[in-house]
Amino acid sequence: MSGHTDMVLVDENGMRIDGRTAEEHRPIKIEAGVLNNADGSAYVEIGKNKVLAAVYGPRECHPRHLQNPTKAIIQCKYNMQAFSVSDRKRPGPDRRSIEISKIISEALEKVVLTELYPRASIDVYIEILQANAGTRCAGLTAASVALADAGIPMRDIVPAIAAGKADGHVLLDLNKEEDNYGQADVPIAIVPSTDEIVLLQMDGNMTREEFDHAIELAVDACHQVYDIQKDALKKRYSAKPAKEGADE
Amino acid sequence: MSNPIMSEIKRDHIMNLLAEGTRVDKRSPTDFRKISVETNCIESADGSARVKLGKTEVIAGVKIIPGTPFGDTPTSGVLTTGAELIPMAHPTFESGPPGEDAIELARVVDRGIRESGMVDVEQLCIVPGEEVWMCFVDIYALDYDGNLFDAANLAAVCALKTAIIPGEQYGKGENKPLPVTCLPISVTEVKIGNDLIVDPNFDEEQISSARLTVTTDDNGNFRAMQKGGCGSITLDDLSLCLDRAVEKGAEIRKIIG
Amino acid sequence: MEKRNARQTREIVVPGDILDASGMKPGENAYVLDGKVRASAMGVRNVFQNTVGVIPLRGCYMPSSGDTVIGVIEDIGPSNWLVNINAPYPAPLHVNEVPWKVEFGDTSRYLSIGHVVILKVLSVDESRKISVTMKDSGLRRIEGGRLVKISHSKVSRVIGKSGSMISMLKNMTDCRITVGQNGMIWVDGDDENADVAAQAIMMIEEKAQSGNLTDKIKEFIEKRIPQDDDYDEGDE
Repeated sequence: MSGHTDMVLVDENGMRIDGRTAEEHRPIKIEAGVLNNADGSAYVEIGKNKVLAAVYGPRECHPRHLQNPTKAIIQCKYNMQAFSVSDRKRPGPDRRSIEISKIISEALEKVVLTELYPRASIDVYIEILQANAGTRCAGLTAASVALADAGIPMRDIVPAIAAGKADGHVLLDLNKEEDNYGQADVPIAIVPSTDEIVLLQMDGNMTREEFDHAIELAVDACHQVYDIQKDALKKRYSAKPAKEGADE
Repeated sequence: MSNPIMSEIKRDHIMNLLAEGTRVDKRSPTDFRKISVETNCIESADGSARVKLGKTEVIAGVKIIPGTPFGDTPTSGVLTTGAELIPMAHPTFESGPPGEDAIELARVVDRGIRESGMVDVEQLCIVPGEEVWMCFVDIYALDYDGNLFDAANLAAVCALKTAIIPGEQYGKGENKPLPVTCLPISVTEVKIGNDLIVDPNFDEEQISSARLTVTTDDNGNFRAMQKGGCGSITLDDLSLCLDRAVEKGAEIRKIIG
Repeated sequence: MEKRNARQTREIVVPGDILDASGMKPGENAYVLDGKVRASAMGVRNVFQNTVGVIPLRGCYMPSSGDTVIGVIEDIGPSNWLVNINAPYPAPLHVNEVPWKVEFGDTSRYLSIGHVVILKVLSVDESRKISVTMKDSGLRRIEGGRLVKISHSKVSRVIGKSGSMISMLKNMTDCRITVGQNGMIWVDGDDENADVAAQAIMMIEEKAQSGNLTDKIKEFIEKRIPQDDDYDEGDE
């Protein structure tokens, strides 16, 4: 958000550097059930972001002192792999990833019926294989598909996407250049059945009017992401497994 | 990591099959599982590979950045290998800094790559004594069904093999392929009872007493070894492992070559 | 209404999907929001009389009283054993609930870590604390054979309509098969036949969604085990 560039992020026709209009998201690909060991899993690509999410549980809660006698806790771990960004990221949790893990856990807590599993833990692991702005939204989008894939009872699936501002224009789903050289970023996640907001952050500089417009774009796009999430889950069971034979 | 309790029934079944020279997935004791490799899967990395060894899946990425050489090797580039057993890969893996299993894994892979001279570090010098290319290999287990050693080695080797030195990104000349001289391949065997089996899956690893990883180069020479586990191996076992490492190593080299 | 009758195929729903907007009551894995019944789990939409719910496709096993389960002893205490039954919590098996008289601290003489047992779930209280027993007919420690683990939601497919699938499996493979409600299945019999039975069970799990499952499984077993005397099937 702090960088400066001579690059034109939005041209006179309103086109962005990757050929999108202000209100378009990047291409999205979602696949459910991509890992063997995990109880549920999902792979998400949003533009150049590549994200894996895995869910284990409900299972016994470790460490024990975190157990809640009335409901399950959701423990999310967001992690960027060392080669996921242009400079190598030092492995291990930093303050940024700890914060993101926390807000994603809280966003998911709203929809998961945690009261069904007292004392248990539902563990969600998000690994960013490749980052290109918007990884927390891609991570949360993947995590909620993985939760549904794990058969976890939940009220709804949570989609997430960011809106922001670059070159003075309000844009949906910022890419890396727009995020680096733009003026604002607003990641948001909703419960589609009620349009309640379960994740919201903002940094940068926006007027009230710009912010309202950004939210409107993002909520609308969340519903589009939601449709892709649902398709991915349904596809897992409608596509007949073609493999035959005894080996593997 | 705490190991899950294996049922007596499953353990007996594996042992009974081994006595007849076969395994739960119908492999012979010397068969590897199916290997599949996808390279250049991560654009943000300078080299990458995602490897499946049966149901075990590992991703490795290479990052190459300019840095300061070590004082005693002023003209050599630096090669570092790290591995993480992230909790995504198995219910018994825990988050946090790499534990002893992850560190051993990284060091065994590192040794094979380093000792084989796979990467010609002399060619990674930019300004002698001042600046060299530092090559980081980071390995993550994604799905764990045994034998991370060979899966991680394969992923690291394939990622390095396809890596590009990003000269342009740092204003240090043209992009060019990382200088690679050979393909070190590791072959891991475990001992169950008196049997030695190649490429153990998770259950087989759980009931094994000892593990031996042997890394060979293109000429079939030995470049690195590591014995693990609380049990022991006999001299005859060792001899058998070395023979198999050469034979299987050559087969795998053909697959990824 | 007419729409509902026309829909014969199994409809897959995901959390949040609207199951009904015409006044039906929510069944299992369903809830009401603004007068509409919505799904709270991924699974197959299921209508029963005036209720609509979801039969889950996946998810962890939650014990309920009366279930027969197969578990592995994973820890031993002085007066109980902890049994892994693939639920979120291990099930404690108390010394009073085994068919032997066990002195305090003498538990490991009877059942050790790794032993496999067939148990019955006695009760599950509000905080999901489980109690199990081994004091009933058929409940015991089991040895030998094969243990197959499948998703508990596919157990009903392995059993089949009024037991048709499981009796076909038993007859065609000549194996003893015990199905735990928790998805743990014990197969005992001739080595090769037990392998075929185990593979058939895993095939049922994998293809649980496809039609003609009984025929496919029958064909699969016939290919591997020649059936000398004509096998008479129950239905379909």
